[in-house]
Amino acid sequence: MMGVPLLSLMILLPAVGAVLVPFLRDAQTARWFAFVFLFADFLLAVWVLVGFDASSAAMQFGEHYAWVPSLGISYRLGLDGISVWFVLLTTLLGWICVLASWTSITTRVREFMTCLLAMQGLMVGVFCALDMILFYILWEAMLVPMYLIIGIWGGDNRIYAAFKFFLYTLAGSLLFLIGILLLYFNGGQTFDVLALMDAEYPFTLQVWVFLAFLVAFAVKVPMVPLHTWLPDAHVQAPTAGSIILAGVLLKMGAYGFLRFSLPMLPEASHYFAPMMIALSAVAIVYGGFLALVQRDIKKLIAYSSVSHMGFITLGLFTFDTMGLSGAVIQMFNHGITTGALFLCVGLIYERTHSREIASYGGLIKAVPLFGILFAAFLLASMAVPGLNGFIGELLVLAAAFGVSGWAGAAGVLGALTGAAYLMGVYRQMLLGPTAAPSEAPLWDLNPRELLCTLPLILFVVWFGLYPKPFLTILQPSLDHLMIQLSLPVVTP
Amino acid sequence: MDLTQIKMSVQLSGPEIIVILGACVVLMLCLVPRPGQGGLIAGLCLLMIALAAGMSATLGHVPQSAYQGMFVVDGISTYFKLVLYLGTALTVLMSGGYLRAENTDKGEYYVLLLFALSGAMIMVSGTDLLIIYIGIELQALSIYVLVGFLTTNTRSNEAALKYVILGAFSSGLLLFGLSLFYGLTGTTQLGATATALGNADAQDPMLILATLFLLAGLLFKVGVVPFHMWLPDIYEGAPSPVTGFMSTVGKVAAFAVVLRVLMQDLTALDPVWRDSVVVVAVLTMAAGSLVALVQTNIKRMLAYSSIAHGGFLLLGLLAGGSDGLASVMLYLLVFTLMNLGLFAVIILLNQGADRGEPIWDFSGLAKSHPGLALITLVLLLSLAGIPPTGGFFAKFYVLAALVSSGQVTLAVIAVLFSAVSAWFYLRIIMLMYMDETDHPAEVLMTPSLRVALAVTLIGTIMTGVLPALFLDVAQAAASAGLG
Repeated sequence: MMGVPLLSLMILLPAVGAVLVPFLRDAQTARWFAFVFLFADFLLAVWVLVGFDASSAAMQFGEHYAWVPSLGISYRLGLDGISVWFVLLTTLLGWICVLASWTSITTRVREFMTCLLAMQGLMVGVFCALDMILFYILWEAMLVPMYLIIGIWGGDNRIYAAFKFFLYTLAGSLLFLIGILLLYFNGGQTFDVLALMDAEYPFTLQVWVFLAFLVAFAVKVPMVPLHTWLPDAHVQAPTAGSIILAGVLLKMGAYGFLRFSLPMLPEASHYFAPMMIALSAVAIVYGGFLALVQRDIKKLIAYSSVSHMGFITLGLFTFDTMGLSGAVIQMFNHGITTGALFLCVGLIYERTHSREIASYGGLIKAVPLFGILFAAFLLASMAVPGLNGFIGELLVLAAAFGVSGWAGAAGVLGALTGAAYLMGVYRQMLLGPTAAPSEAPLWDLNPRELLCTLPLILFVVWFGLYPKPFLTILQPSLDHLMIQLSLPVVTP
Repeated sequence: MDLTQIKMSVQLSGPEIIVILGACVVLMLCLVPRPGQGGLIAGLCLLMIALAAGMSATLGHVPQSAYQGMFVVDGISTYFKLVLYLGTALTVLMSGGYLRAENTDKGEYYVLLLFALSGAMIMVSGTDLLIIYIGIELQALSIYVLVGFLTTNTRSNEAALKYVILGAFSSGLLLFGLSLFYGLTGTTQLGATATALGNADAQDPMLILATLFLLAGLLFKVGVVPFHMWLPDIYEGAPSPVTGFMSTVGKVAAFAVVLRVLMQDLTALDPVWRDSVVVVAVLTMAAGSLVALVQTNIKRMLAYSSIAHGGFLLLGLLAGGSDGLASVMLYLLVFTLMNLGLFAVIILLNQGADRGEPIWDFSGLAKSHPGLALITLVLLLSLAGIPPTGGFFAKFYVLAALVSSGQVTLAVIAVLFSAVSAWFYLRIIMLMYMDETDHPAEVLMTPSLRVALAVTLIGTIMTGVLPALFLDVAQAAASAGLG
């Protein structure tokens, strides 16, 4: 496939769409237009995955053009076995978001679709970028459409949530920029990610840069205590916003650790590992406990995300093959599952306009199709064996026990708490006598809604039962990362 | 000074001569007022500026000295002059509609703009402290009158009076500093002063005193803490196009002088001013960003925003070297584009100078004028330094120069205040996109304002997306200038 700049195409397709949407005639055309563009983007991502050489840890589909030669900034793209999955996840959730907003967004539809398309181009770009400045520009530019999505189409308290989201993330990323500059001047005056990985940095510098990166990524993940923007943003955002936030944006923080902190700053990563593990353990337990007492379903899922993302950072900093692969698997699966949960909540909210858990009951009888799918996603989020959440969590827990009994215990406690609050939702909303918060009759999923939930359930079951293709593509890149961390490679 | 030298000097100062002659021609035209001649005069101004720009571009970038070392044309001065032409041309484009709306469409306005421009050009090219002083005064006197141009508006008059008094005071400080330098070295020419100071003792109290007075005078013109108090009142009271003009052209010229004197020639003074400028830069960013948070008048807010940007620009000066110099040059170009663009929007939303410019004028703009709101969004994001706009790249380059010179702590402070300042730009975006209003803004669109908006928008995006085009010019000029 030489000659076809697939990755640029994947970035530019939604970007071009974003420019064109405002010129469309009406809302319905804009919806179809966005759907077609984002679905085409997804097909491109599938094409990339099919053409991906699973036996190599090298960056594939590379593209490179000089951009600001005098400062060593270039437009450099490429995918390895890790990022290819996040591109797939992003593009999958992209068109699902359009379908999920089909009837729930009725005001300023063209602007909304512009934001979604712009968001998608930037997110795909972030996962493809192999130049630090390119990465930073895309990462930072993402704030704008997301700010507008939350601020214009969000709930009652949307403006507060949008500001909080923007300023938290901005403050974090600006320090990240200083960190990038420090690496640049100590790593041979280049912003090329691969070259910066190969350079050696003195330990003190690594420590400072690690801390600068930590702030940016910890806000995005989010890690306790920088997580407070998340519940606000999640609750206030429209469904599509929540899906993108939970599905993709949170992953970017963990991806940052994986792509930059660990391989570029291995000594500092080892040095800070105990702190990172402790923070992750706190996030797992604290997020879980907070989720336990929530009455608002969106808030509950938001705090469960804090807890589940804790598993990911825990896995990353165990420096163990199992922990790392568990973390990456969990990243992908959390994107699918939590995205799906927010989607389900959005679908039911559209019917009843209530997020109060206690106001629902017996949905499985009233709307069986919806009930079954929602139940499956809840179980997947609980890490029930046979569904996608299980394998990642298990690997992380095993690795955590290898590092510290306390971390492992915190993980187990978090998993149990997770089972408790998700079961609570399951029992209250799906079982028992039928109750709905409004008089309006409930109706079951229509074909459009089925179309946006079915691919997700497909991934949930597929990765639960047969994760081998996923692991095959992932493994060489993870092995390469282990070498960069100067750790022994153990193929499980 | 023989004939060939005179000929060459005249040729090198050609752009200044064109602008001053242009101003005189326009002044004559004003003597025979005819209704509707505003458009003609504005067109004539643009023509003169274009001629001067063409002349500047052909003069080349090889440093050439004129008038026996009092005046120079080099890469840096040419670059700054081109930015000055751009800023003035945009101001001319923005002024017509505003002046008609305020019923003061008089030709003298354009005469004063051209005189101010010529003053700024002399500041940029002067290599003699007295020539620089004359440039400063020519520019300042013209702007004093422009600030008070709305003769029936009390705010405008008050602002002009304040500006005259404070401007005169700061000129006094500057002159005193210059006279001390003359006493120390026996010359006013920068090159000769630098030679005389070559082996000066940085602990010499006289030298410290002279430097501090010079610095205070220059920083007053730039408008940074603690010499910033005049800015908000004058920005608020002046007619909007004049505010745009002084916040860009005035700032560019003042910074050009600071760079010429402190970075290019009197480098021996570096140990004397460095610590105080560090303090000034940090305080400026802090005061600018924090006070802007509570402003409810858009022009006052932009005054504080401009103070904060001034602090950021000082960081480039502190970074030093050709990268530091080039970063300030690039930043000033981007700042001119994005700031003037926003002033064009303010003029579009003008509801009468008596009423002021509350930020609520922006409420619901995205609904009533989606295109205009989008342009404003880009300009505001650029001011906040969000990529992929020019504002981001300008800040990035300053930070890169700063980190490269090892001043990481300053860089961290700068980005933190930069995050704070994002809040008040975001607030305008919030008003435009997330606020509802019963009284959608009336927009006063004229073709020339359209052109000004298009130029600033395209410039703001281009400097962010293809920064190499502009960066290479600035870098070449800076390294040749310091060479």
